[in-house]
Amino acid sequence: MAISRFKTQAISHGIIWIGAFLTLAVMVLILWQILREGVPLLTPHFFLENPRQMGRTGGIFSIIVGTLLITAVAVVIATPLGVGTAVFLREYTRDSKISRIIRFGTDCLAGVPSIIFGLFGFVFFVIFLRMGWSILSGGLTLTAMILPTIICTAEEAIKAIPYSYREVSFALGGTRWQTVKKVVLPNALPGIFTGILLGVGRSVGETAAIILTSGSSFLMPTSLFSPIRTMSIHFFILAREGISMEMAYATGAALIILILIINTIANWLLHRYVRKLEGKGHA
Amino acid sequence: MSKEKFIEKILLFIALSSISILGLIAFFIFVEGVPLIWKVGLQKFLLGDRWFPSQGSFGILPMIIGSFLVTLGALIVGVPLGISCAVFLCELTPPTFGMIIRPMIQLLAAIPSVIFGFWGLIVLVPLIREHLGGPGLSVLAGSLVLGLMILPTIISISEDSLRALPRTFKEGALSLGATHWQTIWRVLLPAARSGIVASIILGMGRAIGETMAMIMILGNAAQTPISILDSARTLTTNIGIEMGYATGDHRQALFATGVVLFFIIMGLNSLALFVSRRKGS
Amino acid sequence: MPEKDKITLQNFSSFYGDSLALKEVSLRIRGNQIFAFLGPARSGKTTLLKSINRLTDLIFGARHTGQIFLDEQDIFAPEVALPELRRRVGMVFDLPTPLPLSIFDNVAYGPRLKGIFQKSRLEGIVERALKSAVLWDEVKERLSSSALRLSGGQQQRLCIARVLALEPEIIMLDEPCSGLDPISTASIEESLTLLKKEYTILLVPHNIQQASRVADRVGFFLNGELIEQGAAEQIFTRPKDKRTEDYISGKFG
Repeated sequence: MAISRFKTQAISHGIIWIGAFLTLAVMVLILWQILREGVPLLTPHFFLENPRQMGRTGGIFSIIVGTLLITAVAVVIATPLGVGTAVFLREYTRDSKISRIIRFGTDCLAGVPSIIFGLFGFVFFVIFLRMGWSILSGGLTLTAMILPTIICTAEEAIKAIPYSYREVSFALGGTRWQTVKKVVLPNALPGIFTGILLGVGRSVGETAAIILTSGSSFLMPTSLFSPIRTMSIHFFILAREGISMEMAYATGAALIILILIINTIANWLLHRYVRKLEGKGHA
Repeated sequence: MSKEKFIEKILLFIALSSISILGLIAFFIFVEGVPLIWKVGLQKFLLGDRWFPSQGSFGILPMIIGSFLVTLGALIVGVPLGISCAVFLCELTPPTFGMIIRPMIQLLAAIPSVIFGFWGLIVLVPLIREHLGGPGLSVLAGSLVLGLMILPTIISISEDSLRALPRTFKEGALSLGATHWQTIWRVLLPAARSGIVASIILGMGRAIGETMAMIMILGNAAQTPISILDSARTLTTNIGIEMGYATGDHRQALFATGVVLFFIIMGLNSLALFVSRRKGS
Repeated sequence: MPEKDKITLQNFSSFYGDSLALKEVSLRIRGNQIFAFLGPARSGKTTLLKSINRLTDLIFGARHTGQIFLDEQDIFAPEVALPELRRRVGMVFDLPTPLPLSIFDNVAYGPRLKGIFQKSRLEGIVERALKSAVLWDEVKERLSSSALRLSGGQQQRLCIARVLALEPEIIMLDEPCSGLDPISTASIEESLTLLKKEYTILLVPHNIQQASRVADRVGFFLNGELIEQGAAEQIFTRPKDKRTEDYISGKFG
């Protein structure tokens, strides 16, 4: 006796509903558990004090500073490199051999696992260039990791600008660079900023590569050559060494909230400005 | 005029940075790792099942098997769930529902792996230890968590592929009397096949490259896992765990592990690019 | 008294890749007149305009044979500076394209590219240009507001002002009145008649009636070829070529 098609549909749809519900539920559960335990511990004291007793008590101030500095290094270097690449690809070439090589390189770079970046950063920045375990070594390694993201978003932002704007600029006697500087870049800024935010989000969550290049000192850094710990590394060490579950939850909660804020702003920006610009002008 | 040319040259130089960095990475990893592979012998390195650095024994087969099993497990968990969610979002829910859920999934993709690892450590591992035995820190735990981690990738790319299909596919099938499910199963999913496959390959790449979460929940055993309840190491955790204190040959062996990993990932990424270019965007 | 030609085309052909856009066009245009390019769609008129200010250079795959002279100088000669050429030959496009800037900044855009930054100078230039484009009175109170808020007709006159701010020698207008209401159209046509006293104007008119209202000389194009040219009155009343006659009388278009 054959099962009717509608019964099959009911069963299949049912399975899918269960599967989807399960997936979303588990995801939310994971975040919820950490937030529930950790948020009550997020006092101003937590954010403004340095860790004490190997992180068992105190707060995460020096760690926040370390995270900020290493992210700043990465963004400051990756942004001009990424935007420059995007400008070159979209304004100075068409589908040529050079542009295909560059895109291939960027795509591959995006797929390299973080531990490999860590190995590279270690042998190149820490050892070869003698920067030691430092903010600089970690920040430069992070630069390489977020570069593809910035290139990609910058390209999208530049692509969204109507061709007519450029044509007008050229028709009024503008050179290619003047057109880029005065028409393309100013209008691409919101999109580029989104890319930067996404890069920041990635930097904050990155762990493996930074452990190998920035060390894991939780002391307040005194220069760009100081070793540091980022929030995700601190979280990892607290959890794995079993130092303090409380501190781990708190750090984890802070980490999740930070990343949620950064990514929400980035997505909102993306939808508001880049999509809006795609409707303007004529091709 | 020459100012323009100058700027163009600078931009070209900048644009070559990504491929240069890639080259540098490959160069330095190879320079550190390949001599050791040469020394030990490629076959012995890849197929040797003894990893005892203090005795000069560098066989990474246990780690290769560990990576393989954990990735396979992740795919077993992640692919059906991921495709289900993609179908769910695309076909079974009203558009407004999707507009809320889709950004949520993008946010989930940004959550650091250490968070997932932590959850695995405090929830899954004890659960497995109590109800299924073994140390809890196991291939099973790793597969489950990894499966969860690759879900956002599979969901968003598969869903994009499904949404990109021309409406006529669905309308045509339905107008021929097919049920919604039949349309999904026989028409839409096969049509979106290459995008779905690409998402799986990318998910695989993410799984193989994952380090921190696996360090937290796979245990530390540099031995070939026999059952899914055994502890294990992957190629990535091998590097992550020992890099902090390795010196000399030991350190080079870790770089050599990196070389193997590099090849595997590059191969996977090329495959993914190949598959997604073939479907003609 | 032989007058020097302002623009001369000699056997000029233009290709996009393999397809032919203009076929061996030879044309001489004198200064201070309105020359209209007539013809059905796809007959190469826009390509012709964009060749004269070398905007076609921007299109990858565009090539040409033959020559174009501006004041008896070959515009394709290697030593020609493109920005300079494009300031001498200004262009207004068919759809109004204000830049997302204020009205003032739109008109001042060209002069700033040229290197003029002094505020008082720019103010003078902007005012003169907006007056010549018959837009000054309508916007003088709100020069710093966004140009995107102007109506279609105002935006198009803004585009004309933008070009005038560079004090070109030639103004090219590609269907400048398409999509505009009759009043805006009339005011633009009126400006053109005034402007030809100081500039040479190349116009692709929206329709034959517009050409008959403003043009001094007319060239008729079909499928990339220049079929016939002459004084406007002659072309409209006694065309020499049958195809011209068919187009004028509306048999096709």
